[in-house]
Amino acid sequence: MTNKTILHAKHLASGAKMVDFHGWEMPINYGSQIEEHNAVRQHAGMFDVSHMTIVDVQGSDAKAFLRRLVINDVAKLTVAGKALYTGMLNEEGGVIDDLIIYFFSDTNYRLVVNSATREKDLAWMNKQAADFDVIISERPEFGMIAVQGPEAKAKVAQLLITEQAITVEEKMAVENMKPFFGVQVGDLFIATTGYTGEDGYEIIVPNNAAADFWQKLLDVGVAPCGLGARDTLRLEAGMNLYGLDMDETISPIAANMAWTISWEPTDRNFIGRKVLAAQAAAGDQAKLVGLVLTEKGVLRSHQVVITEFGTGEITSGSFSPTLGHSIALARVPRNVKIGDTVEVEMRKKQVKVLVTKPCFVRNGKKV
Amino acid sequence: MSNIPSELKYASSHEWVRNEGDGIVTVGITDHAQDLLGDMVFVELPDVGDEVSTGDDICVAESVKAASDIYAPVTGEVVAVNEELEDSPELVNSDAFSDGWLFKIKMEDASELANLLDADGYKNSIEDE
Repeated sequence: MTNKTILHAKHLASGAKMVDFHGWEMPINYGSQIEEHNAVRQHAGMFDVSHMTIVDVQGSDAKAFLRRLVINDVAKLTVAGKALYTGMLNEEGGVIDDLIIYFFSDTNYRLVVNSATREKDLAWMNKQAADFDVIISERPEFGMIAVQGPEAKAKVAQLLITEQAITVEEKMAVENMKPFFGVQVGDLFIATTGYTGEDGYEIIVPNNAAADFWQKLLDVGVAPCGLGARDTLRLEAGMNLYGLDMDETISPIAANMAWTISWEPTDRNFIGRKVLAAQAAAGDQAKLVGLVLTEKGVLRSHQVVITEFGTGEITSGSFSPTLGHSIALARVPRNVKIGDTVEVEMRKKQVKVLVTKPCFVRNGKKV
Repeated sequence: MSNIPSELKYASSHEWVRNEGDGIVTVGITDHAQDLLGDMVFVELPDVGDEVSTGDDICVAESVKAASDIYAPVTGEVVAVNEELEDSPELVNSDAFSDGWLFKIKMEDASELANLLDADGYKNSIEDE
């Protein structure tokens, strides 16, 4: 049984090519993935991300529960609407999922987790919640639309004025929002988050208003974009994709997620802490780097990377439409340095590639 | 349904073949194939002068999604390649049966053409996929 998002008919109406994505029938492109990619880098594009799972965590122990559940510390969140990117680990220190947590109050948080991991995430959260006074509720009554690109915020603002009955104060609240915040305005939960390296919003919208909102975005010239463009955009931005760049067997330290670990205070006993602390002390975990191939060819997932310190593996690779050559994320031995030249085993040949930081494009420009 | 011109011959591996007369054929990939592959980013063409045999992988079409081998549909010598694709690989997407051609082969044995599929045969082969 394939799931369909609330926007399924809108995709077909725009000529989308649909594919199965972990049980969801989703648009891969609406004609040209590269044109959609460029629309987001140069103007504004939108993605149906309604397949992602929204989970509200509420109750008197909500804060204590999340301080145990994830590697970043939700105690850092003190301003309503502030968001946090982090990972949820198993006892062995492997990544069960990466997620965003929005803070409303110490007893009220919203989590957005991946769709492919929905069932195991919910099972794990419910299991861990046994000793906490919390209610974990999935919110399938919402769709989600990501509007991204240098013109994205202006396009949304245009709609908020003309189409949504919001006050001047609410409009100001949206326009003045800092990165990684969310605010509820009327029916919409609007957040300054995204998966493209561009400005923009991720907007949670009630199912019964989603198709109408999508159409209005189309009408103001926001290009519909599929999963193909979403993948090349996030890769250029150096953002991990769960299942490729990390999974339950991979430490966040080996997935460029160490920055999401909050070691202080030292008495916060988050799941996986002991394992991570031992890994950090040993300094023997692999690391995630960027690779750049400027000659012909496209780096692909699972290709072997040969370095003087041993072999590694490409976790995500593709063609970068913005840069005009191939880029990749790769997990390599920790001693490999930025600026090194390493080799990749491609189809029938070995090619030299440059090791870079795992981030290639931000706000339309080469990093 | 993708476009399948009736005047061309086809290989089940999604190459089209146009008989140009004088024993020369032009080869490309079908509209159906380019649609499956998605946006083309590089095409690695054979070299002019290469001697190729039917079924050899002689060319690689690399899209954002995947790298795909292109096979020689007939035996002979490569006598031309589409150099436009060096800078504009997207021609394979936008104009698969004309400006997006890949290479030309001078056939060793023109009777080989009879072994290829006609438009109906190719249509049936992709419906069975």
